[in-house]
Amino acid sequence: MEQKHTIAVLVENHAGVLSRVAGLFSRRGFNINSLAVGETRNTEISRITIVVNGDDYTVDQVSKQLNKLVDVIKIKVLDDNEFVGRELLLIKVKASAKQRAEIIQLVDIFRANIVDVSKETVTVEISADQDKIKALTGLLEPFGILETVRTGMVAIQRGIECVE
Amino acid sequence: MIMSGAQAVVTILEKHGTDVIFGYPGTAISPFYDKLLESSIKHVLVRYEQGAVHAASGYAKTTDKVGVCVATSGPGATNLITGIATAYMDSVPIVAITGQVLTTQLGKDVFQEADITGATAPFCKHNYLVKDVSKLPKIINEAFILASTGRPGPVLIDIPMDVLKAEVDYKDNFKFDIQGYQYEFKIDNKAITKACEAINNAKKPLIIAGGGIISSGSKEILHKISKEFSIPVTYTLMAKGCLNDTYDLNLGMLGSHGTIVANKAVSQCDVLLVAGGRVGDRSMSSSKSAYNKKTVIHIDIDPAEIGKNILVDIGLHGDAKEILNAIYGKLKIVKRDKWFEDKKPVEKLDSKFKVSKGCVDPKDVLICIASLSDDDAIYTTEVGQNQIWAANLIELLTSNKFVTSGGMGTMGYGLPASVGCKIGNKDKQVIVIEGDGSLQMSLQELGTIMQEGLDIKIVLFNNSSLGMVRELQTLKYDKRYSGVCLNSNPDFIKLFSSYGFAGSRLTNKENIEEKVKKMLSYKGTYLLECVVDEDNPTIYR
Repeated sequence: MEQKHTIAVLVENHAGVLSRVAGLFSRRGFNINSLAVGETRNTEISRITIVVNGDDYTVDQVSKQLNKLVDVIKIKVLDDNEFVGRELLLIKVKASAKQRAEIIQLVDIFRANIVDVSKETVTVEISADQDKIKALTGLLEPFGILETVRTGMVAIQRGIECVE
Repeated sequence: MIMSGAQAVVTILEKHGTDVIFGYPGTAISPFYDKLLESSIKHVLVRYEQGAVHAASGYAKTTDKVGVCVATSGPGATNLITGIATAYMDSVPIVAITGQVLTTQLGKDVFQEADITGATAPFCKHNYLVKDVSKLPKIINEAFILASTGRPGPVLIDIPMDVLKAEVDYKDNFKFDIQGYQYEFKIDNKAITKACEAINNAKKPLIIAGGGIISSGSKEILHKISKEFSIPVTYTLMAKGCLNDTYDLNLGMLGSHGTIVANKAVSQCDVLLVAGGRVGDRSMSSSKSAYNKKTVIHIDIDPAEIGKNILVDIGLHGDAKEILNAIYGKLKIVKRDKWFEDKKPVEKLDSKFKVSKGCVDPKDVLICIASLSDDDAIYTTEVGQNQIWAANLIELLTSNKFVTSGGMGTMGYGLPASVGCKIGNKDKQVIVIEGDGSLQMSLQELGTIMQEGLDIKIVLFNNSSLGMVRELQTLKYDKRYSGVCLNSNPDFIKLFSSYGFAGSRLTNKENIEEKVKKMLSYKGTYLLECVVDEDNPTIYR
């Protein structure tokens, strides 16, 4: 059955590793839903969080093929509901002085932040899962969304288990 | 010890036992070529970089060493790509070294710059662009280990010219410490027990031998298992020579160009043991219904192959030789009714095609060559009808070697590969099975053969057409022949003679034995041009 799978991948922090990983996905016909990459505490190792659409066969092949890349150190397919996943969204909304209060209220409800205010705009930052981001975006839509920028999801396992 | 990057590369090649490299020089790789002069390494100058990889491949496949090839930046490097992809598909251990423009010029589109690590990433086991000379020795050392361990494959190292010239403090104490790479695998004994139970309980067990049988050196254990426990074996193109072709439980090659008995056995067996094969589409169907009533056991050193193309009941990850040895210890002798048919002796195979006057039947030529050639002769083939004729009509012994491009199906492979085979096996007969299309894809390597003074027997099946595609157009495109006619071929005998090679043309059955004998006894490279009917099919049943 097709569904989203979240995979944590530890890789050597070399130039070109991301292109190898991304190339593998396109070459083998796997669909990336989202991808986020950043250094770990150990600066020689980066962590990539990949969300991939597919069935069990796809996720099995994705892990096995990724494992063949010499720069890939470790792969963990995260169990559904056993991890906390967050995306970061910056959203610039049209807002007159009159509308600002209403927006601030919404932002508070969503525990989001306002990171920039101008005469005509308010820029909101939210770090949340995809559903919550979608909800906030929907509520801000009537004010007039000027621009959004969004990261891929990063995910960490709940409890004591770690991908190290 | 302080030395240049180029010197460090040469030193590590020597350390890994590299006695020959195949290459083509150019500006960016010049510092390396300069240091080569003082080394013990022989350089074979090919005529086209693609030939360098194919030669390294032939060398690697017949010497158990890593094949090494070298090219310069830009076009030199990009000309390697087909060869690298060919080696990747057939899991051949190769180290390819390319020169690159100066590190300060990278990305500026300077003369002869090409992003070769980017271009070859899909076809390499791993590749490197070395920007820091202090890392160069470790990387070259790593490349050899990566290429030759686990599932073998090509590794490319791209070295900018300034890195080759820069000085490095060379220390001969390499640690191999790639965290994400393992090449020693623990055998899963539980899975082996399960697999053996399945085989012991089987009424119709069958082994499919893949290229992993050859590369892991498992011919003997395969024969022991088959013989002692009466299990028939069929093989993929990459495993030709895994068993003597005359051995009674050898059902021949399987797949789209395989024997009827082998393919029947695959569909009728109840337990299928795939040993060191990747279940390629030309060998086995990937339809689920083809296997749903069987127990499928799959041995592979690459875990990604297990379950990739067909559903597997028992996956055995690891070295085929180790696993087969473990399986051998747990198998029981079981009395089974004979459930498979015997392979037809090659003499009785028939294409149902009437050979016209002035032509010979490839079958008659190949049977004659196989019977008169040395028991340890090395065969290389091209790709096309010649390859299928060779695979089906030459009866090999396990002491023979069969070198061919399987996964990639690269025309122009056989001739340069034979250069590597001969250089790695000076005392052995090397016989190339050629087609007139393929030969003209690597014709320039005749110059390499001449320069090296090699003795290679070239058997050319000349049907003045691209026979394999033509046959496809006969069968599937209603004989609408498009782009397959080669009716203005050169006079190959004259062409070869301009390189100083002898040759003879074979146009009738009566002369086959005499001319084959003449070729095999001749000292030096010899062309036996066999004139073949363009309608002569590949299928012999």
